[in-house]
Amino acid sequence: MIGAPDVVAFTREEELEDDLYREPPLPEEYSVPLFPFAGHGANPWAKVASSKFTRDFILISEFSEQVGPQPLLTIPDDAKVSGTFDLNYFSLRIMSVDYQASFVGHPPGSAYPKLNFVEDSKVVLGDSKEGAFAYVHHLTLYDLEARGFVRPFCMAYISADEHKIMQQFQELSAEFSKASECLKTGNRKAFANELEKKLKDLDYTRTVLHNETELQKKANDKGYYTTQAIEKANELASVEKSIIEHQDLLRQIRSYPYRKLKDSEFHPYDPECALGQADAGCDQDPAPPDPAEPGEMHLYTHIPSYTPKLIKAKSAKCFDKKLKTLEELCDVYFFTQTLDQLHHIERTFRGDVCYLLTEQISRALLKQQSVTNFLFEDMSFLEEKPHEKQYRSCQGLGQDATDGKCLEESLAPKVVISLGSYKSSVECVPIKMEQEMQDSEEPKMSESVTSEHQENLDYLDADLKGSISSGESIEVLGTEKPGLTKSESQASLPVMPSPQAGRSKVGSRRTVSEDSIEVLSTCPSESLIPEDFKASYPSAINEEPHADSDAEGGLRFAPRLSPGSAHDDDNDDISKQESLVQVDAACCIGKESPNFLEPLPELGQKEDGVVRIPPRPYRAAEQGLRGGFPSHDGVSGGLLPYELDSRYLSGSRELSKSSLDECSDSTSHISSAASTCSDRTPSPARPACQPGDRHRKRAGQNALRFIRQYPFAHPAIYSLLSGRTLVVLGEDEAMVKKLVTALSIFVPNCGAYAKPVKHWVTAPLHLVDFQKWKLIGLQRTVSPAGVNVLHALSRYSRYLSILDADSKTLRCPLYKGSVVARLADHRTQIKRGSTYYMHVQSILTQLCSKAFLFTFCHHLHLPISEREPEESVVSRRMNFLKLQLGLANEDVKIVQYLAELLKLHYIQEQGQGGNPLLRFDYVPSFLYKI
Amino acid sequence: MLRWLIGGGREPQGLAEKSSVQTIGEEQIQNPYTELLVLKGHQDIVRFLVQIDDCRFASAGDDGIIFLWNAQTGEKLFELHGHTHKITAIAPFSSSDVSEEKNLFIITASADRTVIVWDCTSGRQVQKVSCFHSTVKCLTVLQRLDVWLSGGSDLCVWNRKLDLLCKTSHLTDAGISALVELPKNCVAVAVGKELIIFRLCPSSNGSEGWNVLEVKRLVDHEDNILSLVSVNDLTFVTGSHVGELIVWDALDWTKQASECNFWDSSVHPDAQPEIKLSQSPNETSVQHLTSDGECVFAAVGKGIYVYNLQMKRVIACQRTAHDSSVLHIEKLPNRQLISCSEDGSVRIWELREKQQLPAEPVPTGFFNMWGFGRANKQANQTAKKMQENTPMYFLELVGDLIGHSSAVQMFLYFGELGLATCSADHLIILWKDGERESSLRSLTLFQKLAQNGDLQLKL
Repeated sequence: MIGAPDVVAFTREEELEDDLYREPPLPEEYSVPLFPFAGHGANPWAKVASSKFTRDFILISEFSEQVGPQPLLTIPDDAKVSGTFDLNYFSLRIMSVDYQASFVGHPPGSAYPKLNFVEDSKVVLGDSKEGAFAYVHHLTLYDLEARGFVRPFCMAYISADEHKIMQQFQELSAEFSKASECLKTGNRKAFANELEKKLKDLDYTRTVLHNETELQKKANDKGYYTTQAIEKANELASVEKSIIEHQDLLRQIRSYPYRKLKDSEFHPYDPECALGQADAGCDQDPAPPDPAEPGEMHLYTHIPSYTPKLIKAKSAKCFDKKLKTLEELCDVYFFTQTLDQLHHIERTFRGDVCYLLTEQISRALLKQQSVTNFLFEDMSFLEEKPHEKQYRSCQGLGQDATDGKCLEESLAPKVVISLGSYKSSVECVPIKMEQEMQDSEEPKMSESVTSEHQENLDYLDADLKGSISSGESIEVLGTEKPGLTKSESQASLPVMPSPQAGRSKVGSRRTVSEDSIEVLSTCPSESLIPEDFKASYPSAINEEPHADSDAEGGLRFAPRLSPGSAHDDDNDDISKQESLVQVDAACCIGKESPNFLEPLPELGQKEDGVVRIPPRPYRAAEQGLRGGFPSHDGVSGGLLPYELDSRYLSGSRELSKSSLDECSDSTSHISSAASTCSDRTPSPARPACQPGDRHRKRAGQNALRFIRQYPFAHPAIYSLLSGRTLVVLGEDEAMVKKLVTALSIFVPNCGAYAKPVKHWVTAPLHLVDFQKWKLIGLQRTVSPAGVNVLHALSRYSRYLSILDADSKTLRCPLYKGSVVARLADHRTQIKRGSTYYMHVQSILTQLCSKAFLFTFCHHLHLPISEREPEESVVSRRMNFLKLQLGLANEDVKIVQYLAELLKLHYIQEQGQGGNPLLRFDYVPSFLYKI
Repeated sequence: MLRWLIGGGREPQGLAEKSSVQTIGEEQIQNPYTELLVLKGHQDIVRFLVQIDDCRFASAGDDGIIFLWNAQTGEKLFELHGHTHKITAIAPFSSSDVSEEKNLFIITASADRTVIVWDCTSGRQVQKVSCFHSTVKCLTVLQRLDVWLSGGSDLCVWNRKLDLLCKTSHLTDAGISALVELPKNCVAVAVGKELIIFRLCPSSNGSEGWNVLEVKRLVDHEDNILSLVSVNDLTFVTGSHVGELIVWDALDWTKQASECNFWDSSVHPDAQPEIKLSQSPNETSVQHLTSDGECVFAAVGKGIYVYNLQMKRVIACQRTAHDSSVLHIEKLPNRQLISCSEDGSVRIWELREKQQLPAEPVPTGFFNMWGFGRANKQANQTAKKMQENTPMYFLELVGDLIGHSSAVQMFLYFGELGLATCSADHLIILWKDGERESSLRSLTLFQKLAQNGDLQLKL
């Protein structure tokens, strides 16, 4: 909880300032800039009236081939959450952004239907009318009965806070990718099962038909075939064809993990080989998968026995058939895993973005404090979240690929935010695998657009048009480049940037869209673009969406840079680079893998072909807090690997299009109504939902109550901080436990394990208990056994402080220091438990740092020279504690105790657990009464 | 404290109030032991602690297991299993081999009528003797003669290789209760009320053999001899169950002095009557004796007495040093005395010379009125009797160690390393000087830092 109180101030616990005014000023990097519009009476936490939902939620929608976009479920599954928010409408919006929709079928030049192994796409969009902003994660699942075998789905994280979406984009993307991967893994499994069943059916059908044909042949001794016989023969032929097709599909789906694996091997972080690699990738992918090869194979082999059915000649792809539910599409196990993951996401991202960012900073900083953080911090978060572990372990398939991704993910945040991230707006022209083989040879415009493609394209366009025209208030805030998102229909237009691409790639944004469609662009730092700067591009979105669909690449609109913009040149450069990148991508078309993005690792994106938009969290947070914005100096350098290829350059008009405003005066940006909104959840802290949170909140609340209620709270807390076991004695278990919970936040950990707190004990205490527990709730009974308990207490009273909850007395040593007074001021204005908890944590962190300093100052503990007497070391030590660290009286003992714990922890770190020590002082105790 | 805990106005049946035991309170400036380690392992009463070398000790008790501990870290070094019954005696035994290497052994005797020799370095059983007719109750190593003696119903002499060299005839069914080495190859053996002096003579036939001869039988004690300690080459002291303390000449085994019933409260008619009423022989039995060459310190009942050999009288005493019988007592080099007791506490005393205050000669009656039950006042009176010009001493309580929940059987003083106490609550507690430990830890810390290379400034 580093810096927690500052954040608290930031999140409207103004009362706390009283406590803080005496504190030294914060280091600059932690200080929070004043809200620039504070003068106008604006409230940064004002709710946005337009949003109709009460808090963030996750929406899963499907673009159903029967009824169009429809919401499937929300997380949390509570009608109150979405409120009056129109889920159907919003589903329509978010699904319409999915420009990657894959259309599978019979690609030209291929005899069989092909599966597209489509990468997910990640898009940020906003709807200013609804006051909703969403991170949208599109994915496709396979369904044998669906058109083209695919069912497009999307998961959207919907928040009223645009900042949250933008700043947490990377985290959101990472988390949703996990969920998506889980779904898709289950889906592949289910799909393979489905295929096998279907194959058995077909086989059976073929046998039946064959027999019938034979019978007919026998029965028919006229020399010619009856129409009936011909029909049968045709049917038989079509069944056989179907079998081959399905076998091929099965092979494809089975080979998926294998391919992924290859891809991931192909993801070296070497910008140099990027292009070559991309090419290699092109070659690689289309290679017919070896059915026997995939490691995934065995996973699919376990299939329950199945009785084949006879299949009618024409499989009915009618609208009357019922489509599989999402749960059926995926294995139930994987479906629940996914839901768990989504719930986890929902919990993780709940609350104000400031809180999230601070949390991230705290964690990052805490992880660095490897020596002291065990004392008061909850160590659990430092380890991998159990949820993730679980998830990973459940992911039986494509393990390596996922691992690879994780690796990349972990690396990704290191990348400095740069303009490269703008590349997210770069579109690649997706091409189907088979085609890319041919096309990559001549990635120029192959004019040979087959009619089929054209159809598809038309279809696509229609789709797009529809969604666009209907999207009255849609703002596409950003889109992330899907690795291979294009449908095969587009594949036939290899070089041609797709209309969607153009749309999504808009480099600028408008505050108010004239035509109600705002393509806000996808840059991570996009959100940082100052409002006034944006305003200078009124025409940023001037392209007509409908016109974009021409195959000429005209979809790129060219926002005019405002004259006099200091960044013109840069922008130009960048946009050039960008377009290059884009075109390069086009030449690698058809790679279903994100390979073509690999060349840009230093740009901060990647990972399964997804361009990561937002800055890494840590930095983002820092910058956000500082109020500054990342400078993009030297960014263009990062793009250098992409040498201009005039071929593409000439073809693309959008050179100047990207108004990548990397300008740094960003504050005005906030004035946009949509973006000012903060989270709907009014609480500055996250609502207590995670167990840890809830515990903290409750503990903080109880501690506050304790401090207000008991005038002798200070010596009690001092006892805990100085390692003297505090026994809370009482008859009422609930009351005792409550007190113990309250006080537990003051108990230093002795190791990386659970806190040395025992909530309820009924047996007499022994010495060993004091070694183990530093805070004990003890039952007081009137029975003879109770007398024993009291005798034990009396006997060991020198090791104990005893808080009698019944008679409200405390027996413990005197405390005259000042630290605890700051820690537990009974006149404190803090009202919230979680706030108080953070306050405590921050003071404890101060103590920790003092203890750290004390522990690791060599000369405080060891003589400077051999001859130096022990006494002078001791006096030096005491001087340091009192003068340097400014500790008074008993505060010295607190720091000494913490230092002792640090020493023990450090010494024993690797070795044996060591025996627990009990340290004590022979000091008189006093009896405090209310 | 207890009254406060029990709370609610009722008059506490104050044990503490009724007891006349001196208490010291919670502020103990002179008590260095501010850190403790609890060593767990035994499953029954731990009765014996024996020092092996500078930093190791062994513990043994009724569970028949012997543990070897590191006195600094509290680390359990070995767990020696071999006896099936409780351990009755334990003795360290070092032998300098031809190889110059000092081998450390411990000999343990058990109620299963076996004696086992253990190697302290390897933690292995070296040898086992099981030809005893009775339980061996005491073991003494005569380092000088390179033999050791076992005392059960008879006295046996063994060499290092565990060959039985000779044995006495059957002495008693009850067994030998104490055994001490005397000069001139003699040993004093306490058998019941009798004290028997044996002499070891080289056997005429064998080169290595010894014969054991009974030299003298001393029957001056009226009750069983419980403790036997050698003071120096010239004297040894015995104490009996009824509180007789006899000082013997170690050379001619004559009685040099004796104190009989001098701790009996009847000697001091002004002592608390109720204690006298409840007095049982147990409260006057001499549980343990120790000596620093100048004085003999006797644990008698609940009290501690300091008997000066030269002055031949008790120079200081603490009649009720503990709430219960004092089981073990030891003199530290620094005029301090540690005692442990059945009441579960360990107390640290300091023998101080009394200031000759002008106001000192106060009529006894005054103390009768005001000094009721104050043990140190008793000491005053004892001292006052010989007020003439001899210095007067008293035992000042400087600290107490409370940790065990049951009788503290024995303790072992390790000097700087601290103090190990063992108890009937199955625990051993290592009491340590917290300051010293803290600075040792700092030392270790910086050593480890240097070792990890963390001391260098990393840029």
